[in-house]
Amino acid sequence: MSATTATSRKARPPVRRGAAGPLFTAPFLLLFLLLYLAPLGYAAYLSLFQQRLIGGNVFVGLDNYVTALKDPLLLHGVGRVALFFVIQVPLMLLLALLFALALDSGLLRLARVIRLGIFVPYAVPSVVAALMWGYLYGPDFGPFAQASRKLDLPAPHFLSDGWMLGSLANIVTWEFVGYNMIILYAALRTIPNDLYEAAAMDGAGPWRIAWSVKLPALRPALLLTLLFSVIGSFQLFNEPSLLMKIAPDVISSSYTANLYAYSLAFTGNQLNYAATVSFLLGLVIVIASYAVLLTANLRRAT
Amino acid sequence: MTTATTAPADPAPTAPARRRSASRRRSTPLTIAMLAALAYFLLPLFWLLVASTKSTQDLINRFGLWFSHAPQLVANIRATFTQDDGVFVHWLLNTAVYAVVSALGAALLAAAAGYGFAKFRFRGDRAAFNLVLGAIMVPATALAIPTYLLFAKVGLVNTPWAVILPSLVNPFGLYLMRVYAADAVPDSLLEAARIDGAREGRIFFRIALRLLAPGLVTVLLFTLVATWNNYFLPLIMLNDPKLYPITVGLSSWAAQAQNGGAGASGDMLPLVVTGSLISIVPLVIAFLLLQRYWQSGLATGSVKQ
Repeated sequence: MSATTATSRKARPPVRRGAAGPLFTAPFLLLFLLLYLAPLGYAAYLSLFQQRLIGGNVFVGLDNYVTALKDPLLLHGVGRVALFFVIQVPLMLLLALLFALALDSGLLRLARVIRLGIFVPYAVPSVVAALMWGYLYGPDFGPFAQASRKLDLPAPHFLSDGWMLGSLANIVTWEFVGYNMIILYAALRTIPNDLYEAAAMDGAGPWRIAWSVKLPALRPALLLTLLFSVIGSFQLFNEPSLLMKIAPDVISSSYTANLYAYSLAFTGNQLNYAATVSFLLGLVIVIASYAVLLTANLRRAT
Repeated sequence: MTTATTAPADPAPTAPARRRSASRRRSTPLTIAMLAALAYFLLPLFWLLVASTKSTQDLINRFGLWFSHAPQLVANIRATFTQDDGVFVHWLLNTAVYAVVSALGAALLAAAAGYGFAKFRFRGDRAAFNLVLGAIMVPATALAIPTYLLFAKVGLVNTPWAVILPSLVNPFGLYLMRVYAADAVPDSLLEAARIDGAREGRIFFRIALRLLAPGLVTVLLFTLVATWNNYFLPLIMLNDPKLYPITVGLSSWAAQAQNGGAGASGDMLPLVVTGSLISIVPLVIAFLLLQRYWQSGLATGSVKQ
């Protein structure tokens, strides 16, 4: 990409090159500055202060960070989303991969209907998804509970302490398998036919082709889905905050790190500490994302 | 794209005829397995459709996955739209305005900047692009609270701008448009236009933007969904129910239904359910109509790294 722009640039008069590029990028970059860098900078600034009863707003250096790193509520919240990430994301991506390969195999009837149907939940707002599943899980008029009552079986406790993380994982999986499947499927469609021809010439069967041709070609797409999943999991908020209304005893206001930051800012009124927690959460996500990228690149290198 | 999907992943024409016919055959077990998966994904939506036809009592007493004897979808829809002086209509309109303005703005900004980064060299271009690229990893919700605090300082909280402005900057959209522009807009075409004496702005709006259309629609559609579905940002930015988008509105109704139990507010339940159903219809239609675009756009973003 940069090679083509470099060669064509020689043919272009230098003056035009100097003025137009900045002009096209300026509106985006200006808003980026105001809406990304400024809030981050402001949060960093706020995180260095504390609101005290006596003395008002006091500069405290890194005190808030020290408190946060020892705060059991925050650590539990981060731990919970880390556990969620480790279990839910591989499961979701594996399902998405299997579905994409099945769609791409050409072995399916009704492939178009199946593809669209699995993707449809992505268009459902997470608020609505959480509400729906919350009612479906419910002990009163949830169909699972109703069916168990009919059969004189104990109703499953989807909203209990032991099940909750799994119930949340189910909602998030339901929402995003189709989205990830489409990314992977779109990437599969762009694999040139020559590769299949060459593999078939060498005597590879469909499984061998999937493993040795399709999977390597999917690497960038898989990395992308993984990256988005890291970012999504660690900021889990909508689903737990809605289920919290149904099961307040199970989901506390610090159930996930993001829920904690929210309740600090808006019910606890601890704005400085909330900024600190937000900042740290962002840092955790950036580090986790880079770790994903780095391990992927290391694997390619070896 | 859409026609290609129905064709089998074609083995080589030169491959042995035996293998070829084998992979042309449809697999019934695989189809059945995928239909079972499909059932899982459609079941909650079927439940929502069924539940929208029920009264509170039928919701509780009748089996959840089948219609009751006295369906009342129309009555539920009417109740949804008239509750609290028609606040639901406000929510729908707010959502549409926030989503459309954000999506159009974000797509245009990303297209212009992506084109600028792909087709021009200038001082600091690489550094600026890398900075934006790094921001893809900054989570929206970690940014939301600082943005709220900043907006509170400048008096933007509790206005539509509080929801629209942060949605206008889409770093991933910029990345997508840059990759797309590098491929879809040939340099020779730009040169020809320049020789003909066209100005850069005119070249962008008249020529490049058309070639960028599929990528543009992708960014547009995904920003539209992201804004339509956004909950966290409007939840913290807005406290006037008249400004709520549908997600925040529905969750406030759901909270009322939860607290109310029986009695007057017990009737909130059908409203939450019917409102949920109504809220997902526009997006599902948009995706079905525009599937040609979002698929090709996703292919671009996922293959080029």
